[in-house]
Order: sequence, then C-alpha cells, then structure tokens
Amino acid sequence: MMNQPNTYMDGPDEDGHFGLFGGRYVAETLMPLILEVERAYNEAKDDEAFQTELRGYLKNYVGRPSPLYFAERLTNKLATDSGGARIYFKREDLNHTGAHKVNNCMGQILLARKMGKNRVIAETGAGMHGVATATVCALFDIPCTIYMGTTDIERQSPNVSRMKMLGAEIIPVTSGTGTLKDAMNDALRDWVANVETTYYLIGTVAGPHPYPAMVRDFQSVIGEETRAQIMEHEGRLPDSLIACIGGGSNAMGLFFPFLDDEVRIIAVEASGEGIETGKHAASLNAGAPGVLHGNRTYLLQNEDGQITDAHSVSAGLDYPGIGPEHAWLHDIGRAEYVSITDKEAIDAFHICTRLEGILPALESAHAIAHVIKIAGDLPKDHIMVLNMSGRGDKDMDSVAAYLERNK
Amino acid sequence: MTGTERIAKRFADLKAEGRAGLVTFITAGDPNFDVSSSILKQLPAAGADIIELGMPFSDPMADGPAIQASSQRALNKGASMIKTLDMVREFRKSDADTPIILMGYFNPIYIYGVEKFTAAASEAGVDGFIIVDLPPEEAEMRAPVENAGLSFIYLTAPTTDDARLPTVVEHASGFIYYVSVTGITGTKSAATQDIETALKRLRRHSDLPIAVGFGIKTPEQAAEIGKYAEAVVVGSAFVNKVTENLDKNGNPKDGCADAVLGLVRDIAGGLKSGSPATV
Repeated sequence: MMNQPNTYMDGPDEDGHFGLFGGRYVAETLMPLILEVERAYNEAKDDEAFQTELRGYLKNYVGRPSPLYFAERLTNKLATDSGGARIYFKREDLNHTGAHKVNNCMGQILLARKMGKNRVIAETGAGMHGVATATVCALFDIPCTIYMGTTDIERQSPNVSRMKMLGAEIIPVTSGTGTLKDAMNDALRDWVANVETTYYLIGTVAGPHPYPAMVRDFQSVIGEETRAQIMEHEGRLPDSLIACIGGGSNAMGLFFPFLDDEVRIIAVEASGEGIETGKHAASLNAGAPGVLHGNRTYLLQNEDGQITDAHSVSAGLDYPGIGPEHAWLHDIGRAEYVSITDKEAIDAFHICTRLEGILPALESAHAIAHVIKIAGDLPKDHIMVLNMSGRGDKDMDSVAAYLERNK
Repeated sequence: MTGTERIAKRFADLKAEGRAGLVTFITAGDPNFDVSSSILKQLPAAGADIIELGMPFSDPMADGPAIQASSQRALNKGASMIKTLDMVREFRKSDADTPIILMGYFNPIYIYGVEKFTAAASEAGVDGFIIVDLPPEEAEMRAPVENAGLSFIYLTAPTTDDARLPTVVEHASGFIYYVSVTGITGTKSAATQDIETALKRLRRHSDLPIAVGFGIKTPEQAAEIGKYAEAVVVGSAFVNKVTENLDKNGNPKDGCADAVLGLVRDIAGGLKSGSPATV
C-alpha cells in the first residue's frame, strides 16, 4: 500500500504525474506545443481578468450555477422501512448544450484565444463534447473540425446535425471500431500536422499533461457549486458522491473539491454486455496500466500491449482508457470504481424518466443505475449527490434500437 | 560489438565511402511473418544501410494511413513483440553488420517490461530504439537501453526550437532522427531548403549523424536530401509497395517482396549517385 498523502488535491507534479499515472507521452513534434499550452494555462489560472471573463460566460451564457435538485420521487421509490438515501441530482443536463462538457470548452476556448490560435479541433464520442466545442467556436467565430467515429456518427445522429448546424466540419473516422479512441487518434494526427495554427480542445481529463489537470480544473465548478448548494439544502456536506465515468471529466469535476473531505466517492464505469463477455468499457475494473493518447493510465489491452476495443451502449463511455487522476485515486483507494451493464443503464434511464420527468443521458443513466442498486441499503439520513452529467435527447434512437434488439 | 558501436561503425563506413546512407523502414510481420522476414533479410543486399523495423501497434498516433494499415495487417496475421524479436534473431544469422533499430510506440514495451524487453532485444541483435511517444521528458527507457550498450535515438522536429534542442540531444546516441515535416508519416514533404536550414541549426547542438525522414518517397528526393544529411529514411513508400501487392484477401501476391526490394534498389541507387554529405 502507498502512504496516504496529506492532501489528495495537490496533484499532478510538475511533469504531470499523479503517482505512477499521467505524464506527457507524445511525439516530439507536439512536445513544444504541449509545453506552450501548459505555460498559457498556468498564466491563465492566476490571471484575474481571464477568470472573471470565464465566470461571466459560465453565468450568462452557460447558465450556471446549475441547480442541485432533490429527487424526491426517486428517493421515496428506493426507500425501504429501514433505510434509503436522500438523493440529489446536480443538474449539468440543464447547461447550455445539455451537458457538463461546455464548462471545459468555455475555459479552453478562452485559452485558445489567449494563445492566438485560429483553428480548433476536437474528438467526440457521444457528440456532447463536439456540440459544446462547435458551440463555443461559433460564439467566438473560430473554425472548428470535429473527429467522430463512424459508429458514433450513426448512433448519435442528432448531435451530428447539431454540430453541422453550428458550422463545424465533421470528419468521420473509420479506423478501429470507429469510436472515441479512433477519433482521438485522428485528432492527434491532425494536430501534429497543424501545430502552429491549431488548438486541440480535448474533452476529458485524459491526454498529455496539462490536459488532465486543466480539464479537471475547468470542470471543478461542478463540485464547488455542489458544496455551497448542499449546505443550503441540508446544512452539511454530502455523505457520498456518484458519477459515471468514461474518460472521467464529469466525475472529476464533481469529486475534486471533496477529495479531502470525509465523503464517499463512487465512479461508475460501463461494463457493457458484462465484464465476463469482454464487451465492455471498464478500464479500471478489467484493464491494466499502460500508455496511450499521451498519458499512462489503466487501459483495455491484450497481453502484447495492443489496445482492445471498448464497448458500451453509451457512446460517451465507449473508451478503452480513463483519466490518469482516476487511475491514481483508484490505486490509492480514495474512490470506488464500480460498473454497470448496458441493460442496467437502460432500465435506470426509464425509471428516472418516468419518476422524475428527467430524460438522462445514457452516460448519466449508469450512475443512476448504481444509485438504484445501493440507495435502499444506506441509512435514511445519508445524503447522496449524483451528477446528472447530461440530458438524454440524443439517446432516444439508441434506446429504441437497444429495446428492439433485446425484445 | 555493442549496438551503439555497430551504428557508429556503419556511419563511419558511410563517411569513408563519401555518401549518405539509406535507412529503410518496414513493419515487422507485414503482410505476414514469412514475407516480412524474407524482405528483411534481403534489405542489405538491395541497398539498405540501416534498418528500422516497425513494432506493430494498434494505435500508431504519429503514423499516416499507410503505416497504420500495415500495422493492422501485421497484427491481424499474428504479429507480436516476441515475433518481432524472432525476426531480428533470424536476420542476424546472416548479417552481423547492418544496424537494426526497432521503431514504435511505448505501450507494448511497457507491457513486456522495459528491462526485460531491452535485454531480449539486445540478445536478439537489436542496436537501438526509436520510441515515438517517449520524448526526453519521459525517460524510463533511457537507462536500461544505455546499460545494454544500445542507442536510444531521439526525434527532433521543425517545432523543436533552439531553446529545446539541448534537452533533446543531451542523451541522444547513435544518430539524431530529424522529422522533416510537422505531420504524420507518409504524407507531405519538406522543401529541401528548409531541411538544409534545419540541419545547420541542429548541428550547432549535436555532433551525431543526422537521418532525415518523413515524406521522402522517390530516388530523386532521397538523393537531394542526402546532400545535407548522413542518412535518409524512407518508410511509407516501401509499405505502399506491400499494399499494392496484396490480393483481395490481403494475402501477398508473388513478387510482393521483390516489389519492395526493387524500390529499395532504386532509392539506394539515387543516393549513391548523389553528392556526399557536406560534413
């Protein structure tokens, strides 16, 4: 066992490591640019004008703070005679563009402007990050190119239309399984070829340093607001936090401000058709440490170090890796990493929709499914905050197709 | 003779001959083990002075479509790190002089175990490594490679400025690989004048020989760049020859190996007729 640190909040080190994980595993062509992004971000962090501008856009454009909503009907439904947690939803689905992704995009687009970059590229899985990127690029009149796997284009067509409407160029990626990993490969290839002009707006807490830390910082507004809001509702901090995890940015954003508090932290991976079937996206539960996309982290891979394909009904969780800070929190035991199958997520999607009138993203439905599993066994005074990371309008076709396949 | 010595001797010989060397890249196991192994063995006779042997990886982020596809073909035919070393071992039975550099990505080495892999590679007859996603900041292979007497070859790019070059060349050995374009393999080509300028800048920071790669496809281009560099790297053009000589099931047609070797001969011929390196 590693020694317990005094704080869980001072990572990464100056080379971008969270314990064994993180780092900057990129081609030399990109290295000078990565260092430039890091310098620019470090300056922006301490630049009051930058932070004021960001706060202004988050409030007036994104619509922050997002509400912290007491899900009373779900709470009552899951209560038993002896127990049942009080369940709150942090409503990131109510942000402009419909997910937490825009928090990060707003921060990074301001950084890209500050760095004088006149073109933006991004990868997207479910399309929520692509939509958020296309949105901020429209707002600031910056040309934008989005890499998206062909499998994802098919199952997330509403988001593809939205991105195009917003003026983004969509590049379909056919390599591999045509999902998020492959989109990230091609975005990196574009970046290498266009380093001078282009800013790569990574959508999750992964990639080379400083991205994992930077994206976490931009998403931490979720957890910071939650702290203040739960004090208003309940007069104390929550007992547990729960969020779904693909790359892990909504989870990191909620968790980070609570890492040094006595709060139980649970992240929910996608186990697809079941870990035993091999068709899943549970990097922490079924992967091993390795190096991909600029960082060392847990990866789905074979014994020869070849990356294997992930599977999840949710395009946003369909990635064979995970942010390096999560890998570290996993190994030191600060957070629990559980998993939920496609079927459990689809069931939770319906339960949430019918009980609360909230159509959750299939990603968020994984977190809801785990709440449904455990809430009844928790004491009545247990306060739990779930990150409702996005809305589910984009998933209507996927859910219908899943139900059709599994009639 | 250590790997680093074998590389140094090859560059000394090239200097004595008064010409730039040809570094040929092929992917180990593409289009299958036997054909790939056969190409490898015949490369020196066709004119390869140094061999870069690609270790197939599922996610070759710095490579263009040609090398991506070749990696995938090799993996589909059962390529692995162990088989790549087998191929080197086989090659060494008939060639003790041509340096072999393994090129690829870090993850398969990390999973094999860095120390274990370095030792196995050394034993098999490998002389050096180019690991695309290990910049000098991620130095975990450096010590094991140096201790085994092998070379860790660093890439420098047009984006590597004067402030950064000392960091990159500080631990370099064997030669410096100058990536002549900002981009992936097998796509655009740099202007000769830009390369000339870049190499002058590079030589202010290092006395090691320089090999120039990325985007070099023809005997003429190779000959032109060979005027300024100690070696020229060609990769995607050879890999494309493999691709052109596959049947519709992805199996090599008769003459697949000869097609690759023919292009090697052409490019080597171009280099031999060119002017010597200016250093």
